[in-house]
Amino acid sequence: MGIVLFDGVAYGMLLFLMAVGLSITMGLMNFVNLAHGSFAVVGGYAAAVLMNRLGVPYGLALVAAFVAAALLGAVLEVVFYRRLYRAHPLDQVLLSIGVVFVSIAALTYFFGPTMLPFHLPPALQGQFSFAGVELGRYRLFLIVCGVATLVLLLQLMNRTRYGAMVRAAVDNQRVAGGTGIHVQRLFFLTFSLGCGLAGLGGALSLGMLGLEPSFPLKYLVYFLIVVCVGGAGTVTGPFIAALLVGIVDVAGKYYLPEAGVFLIYVFMIGMLLLRPNGIVPKKGLA
Amino acid sequence: MKMTKRTLLAVAALACVAGAAHAQDALKIGLIGTYSGPYADYGRQFDAGVALYLKEHGNKIAGRPVEVIKKDTAGPAPDAAKRIAQELVVRDKVQILTGLDFSPNAYAVAAVATQAKIPTVVMNASSSAITTSSPYVARLSFTVQQVSDPMARWMLRSGTKEAYVVVADYASGTDALTAFKKAFEGGGGKVVGELRTPMNNPDFSAYVQRIKDAKPQSVFFFFPSGVMPPAFLKVWKERGMDEAGIKLYATGEATDDSYLDATGDVALGLVTSHHYSYAHPSAKNQKFVKDFEAQFGTGLRPSYFAVTAYDAMAAIDLALKKTGGNADGDKVMDALKGLAFESPRGPIEIDADTRDIVQTVYIRKTEKVNGKLVNVEFDKFDRVKDPAKEAK
Repeated sequence: MGIVLFDGVAYGMLLFLMAVGLSITMGLMNFVNLAHGSFAVVGGYAAAVLMNRLGVPYGLALVAAFVAAALLGAVLEVVFYRRLYRAHPLDQVLLSIGVVFVSIAALTYFFGPTMLPFHLPPALQGQFSFAGVELGRYRLFLIVCGVATLVLLLQLMNRTRYGAMVRAAVDNQRVAGGTGIHVQRLFFLTFSLGCGLAGLGGALSLGMLGLEPSFPLKYLVYFLIVVCVGGAGTVTGPFIAALLVGIVDVAGKYYLPEAGVFLIYVFMIGMLLLRPNGIVPKKGLA
Repeated sequence: MKMTKRTLLAVAALACVAGAAHAQDALKIGLIGTYSGPYADYGRQFDAGVALYLKEHGNKIAGRPVEVIKKDTAGPAPDAAKRIAQELVVRDKVQILTGLDFSPNAYAVAAVATQAKIPTVVMNASSSAITTSSPYVARLSFTVQQVSDPMARWMLRSGTKEAYVVVADYASGTDALTAFKKAFEGGGGKVVGELRTPMNNPDFSAYVQRIKDAKPQSVFFFFPSGVMPPAFLKVWKERGMDEAGIKLYATGEATDDSYLDATGDVALGLVTSHHYSYAHPSAKNQKFVKDFEAQFGTGLRPSYFAVTAYDAMAAIDLALKKTGGNADGDKVMDALKGLAFESPRGPIEIDADTRDIVQTVYIRKTEKVNGKLVNVEFDKFDRVKDPAKEAK
């Protein structure tokens, strides 16, 4: 029981780390960015390549993953995304799904279609005993990272000037612009931050998920579940949703392996019926 | 009149040239595989095997120059495969079809093969009934049952009495489960648990924990090659299953040479059953691997896809030599039946009755040799036929 809960929480944290960036771009900026996974996988490749070829330590590789994905996000924001902020959601979907396919083709071209090797540092491998339960070190690390990310993001959005400006711009762009807030620059920064978070999540996920070009499509549905169930535009919503999804998924597969596969979808449908706007509906920021 | 005579001569000369050209007509082979998307490695391996065989034989099959027309299905796509096969037959006038990595594609193409009477040589698709779906299909690869069954028999032989079976929840997974269970229980073993995991499963912790709590003597698993085996093995190591005394066995998909480097040390010590390891010690294979590396570098390891592609070319070559270069469907199929030759994987034969492959299945262990992870063969089962057909 304890171990199932722990594994579920760890898996939930992984989902949160990968999806929180999407909650920011999709909720705050109203941009349906299906290419979120592409930024995650770019972070993953950056980390894996640096570690495999240059022997960069894991911690530094995580930073590099954030930077690489944020930079790519910044470039794409200026070139493509910026033009479609006010466009119909369908246009945004078309653009971002196009980015997904281009990224898959580009990664296949540069790194080949097969998986890239990735090995966790020895300190994060194996298990340790705690209160009679064998806990995975890597999973504990995920939980720590997830909670740290949550706290940092909440501080950033609720306690800083930047956060206040973002909240103002989201509530009413025209008024925010009128008070002298440079909305375009703000969105540029926020989009890059969301992409950077995706890259960080991608790099953190490598202990569990295989790194291959089709990654962005494969895990897209999980990002969307977390963000939709949690409530796009918030940080705590996806956090709670990711926790619940992780626990439901792991517990379902453990106790009811025959039905466990479908449980998270049943859970998603149930939650969306109960709370169509997400667990924590967007109203400014939670 | 003089002019007419000269014209006639010229026409006659032209006819002669045309006749000679006819004898030298290129043999057109349609290669249907996956060249884009997540499974693009399959097409890459097919191409490498085909190119290597043709290079070694001066680009000729049974004395005829060869033209290989490659088509991409971008993964399992039976509709696309069927359309492509029709185009290849009708428009490109291919005389032989080959490739076929995914079973659904192979079934779709088999229907075209029957209608057009085009010999079709399967390079991978491993669903048992593909060869029974058309009299114009012969298989050079393997069937999932063919490699799962020997693993069960070997486990029994090495003193394993109970096994827990984990398979990916799709057609081949069910094939592996059925074949393993039948052989294992038929030999007096007991299957103590079964798990079917979804194809897209990010986290295996719940499944592995379930197995750990069930404390079976051993676990046999079948996953398609790619990201699933490493993900499973990572959790397996993390949970300390080896220390818990649970032995792990699998089919060779788990340690596919294409992915073994990326899988890493978590695969060390895993015992698997399969028909080809690129570390197979025969002289023929050593030459094959050496030529392969000379041609394509060491970045790409020849996997069972490449070796089957190579063998498919060899089989077509040998069959056409028998028919004297005649590519007539029935004649080629007759020539393919019972064809036996030495492959880099060992001696292989096309069963005269079922047109399916008969080959040695090896039991291998993943070891580190010269710093590289390889499948080292240490035991084998000779002349294994597809058990699903044996039963009938």
